[in-house]
Amino acid sequence: MSTVVLLLVTGLGLGALYFLVASGLSLIYGLMGVLNFAHGSFLTIAAFLGWEVGRRVSDGTWWGLALSAMVGLAVGAIVAAATEYLLIRRLYERHIEQALVTVGLSLATVALFEGIWGTDPIYTQKPEWLAQTTEILGAKIPNDRFLLIACALVVLGGIVLFLRRTRYGLIIRAGVENRSMVMALGIDVRRSFTIVFAIGGAAAGLGGVLASVYYGYVSAHLGSVLLIFAFIVTVIGGLGSLTGAAIASVLVAVLQQFANFYLGGTGDLVVVVALAAVLLVRPRGLMGKVA
Amino acid sequence: MSEPILRVAGLFGRIGGQQVVEDVSFDVPATGVTALLGRNGVGKTSTIKSILGLIDRSGGMHLGGTRIDRMPTHRIVQLGVGYVPEDREVFGSLTVAENLRLAERDAAPRREFIQRLFPDIHDRRAQRAGTLSGGQQQMVSLARALVNENRLLLVDEPTKGLAPRIVDEVAEALAEAARTVPILLVEQNLHVIRRLAERVVVLSGGRVVFTGEASDLLDDEDRIQRFLGVHDATDPHDTAAGSTR
Repeated sequence: MSTVVLLLVTGLGLGALYFLVASGLSLIYGLMGVLNFAHGSFLTIAAFLGWEVGRRVSDGTWWGLALSAMVGLAVGAIVAAATEYLLIRRLYERHIEQALVTVGLSLATVALFEGIWGTDPIYTQKPEWLAQTTEILGAKIPNDRFLLIACALVVLGGIVLFLRRTRYGLIIRAGVENRSMVMALGIDVRRSFTIVFAIGGAAAGLGGVLASVYYGYVSAHLGSVLLIFAFIVTVIGGLGSLTGAAIASVLVAVLQQFANFYLGGTGDLVVVVALAAVLLVRPRGLMGKVA
Repeated sequence: MSEPILRVAGLFGRIGGQQVVEDVSFDVPATGVTALLGRNGVGKTSTIKSILGLIDRSGGMHLGGTRIDRMPTHRIVQLGVGYVPEDREVFGSLTVAENLRLAERDAAPRREFIQRLFPDIHDRRAQRAGTLSGGQQQMVSLARALVNENRLLLVDEPTKGLAPRIVDEVAEALAEAARTVPILLVEQNLHVIRRLAERVVVLSGGRVVFTGEASDLLDDEDRIQRFLGVHDATDPHDTAAGSTR
């Protein structure tokens, strides 16, 4: 029983991390049709800069972590908005060029990060409580899982509120459904594109800082690793569906944890098989719109 | 005659590299309803979309003297163009109220006018637009265009696929709108065309083949047969052709 609880909560924590990356990917694809392969770079740069600021101010404390998270949010949002404004904006409706530019940016930034921070992981400090465990139904759960889950819930709630309660949220929801018609109502939908990139980048940035807490290190490849699973989550959840991304994040991460434990470390393989099954049975994903 | 509200000169439109509108030129007067007619697939919807910049296009277009052929769609609409698309294109996941709120451009949108014109959809403000009937969705689509003060309305097949009673309601709403704003109307229903249109522009093969007073076309059975491919229907709800592009 305790093993099941441990795997479940750890899966939820990992799912929270996947969601923070996948939410932006899903919204960006849903509104703009852009498969953003550079999304992982937003996460990595935010993780590095968050760590740099946090360790200089107060390493291994709650204050340092809070500062890191704020820096991560801001860096993710700014870098993502700048990427949209400077590179992607000229390439809407040109999907091959988009893929080439975002893949190129991803590769170039990884090289840049390796040049600045080196190729080895840099191990990070975290507040003492996060390194401890809490016993639930006999399972000793690492406390950082609770932080990840709480942050993902706050981000999910914030994005939902933004989409439901603001004019830009209304434009984004309508744009995901029918972008041409939004323009035909006299709305400059491109402004929303930048906002969606910024929101997605901020979530990924926070995800980067929290990933460094979860894994205990930052590295130039942090974003690349998480991006693969975020893409899988986005496809399984349904491209463009925030709710789908949330559900799929949890399903994929929990499945991965259970398969790793009970099926001899085959978590990644099982996730890929699940992706193939969803694509065969329900190509639009769990909650994606019909093409 | 006063200056036309819309002047189209040498308009070409392309979809996926294929020419769908070819050297089309016509004017839309500053009052009344101008019907854009033709057989299925001649480029009527593509002409409307070209005017709005929703498809790749080139050529000269002026709205009330302002050149619009290089403007993006949202800027053209902001100049005062209302658009009712073929197949309604309401946002199905949004409520009726959200559909209307999204469309509001003016500082003082005409909510009471819309409520008076479409009481049924006002009662369904909280309902998701995707769950409405086709007729109700058409009302939402019309309401989105009429909620603002416009200088021109582009209305594409507003009665397509609707029940006869709803066709009459849509025609009535358009007649009411036409009292204050000129309309360029794509329509297949000859009864509706007779009721609303003062001028007609007929397309064939992506080109204009006839322009003139509506009566010049509609009172001439031979022209109706030649340009629209039908006999004038005695049933007021017969359409000039089945479906359009």
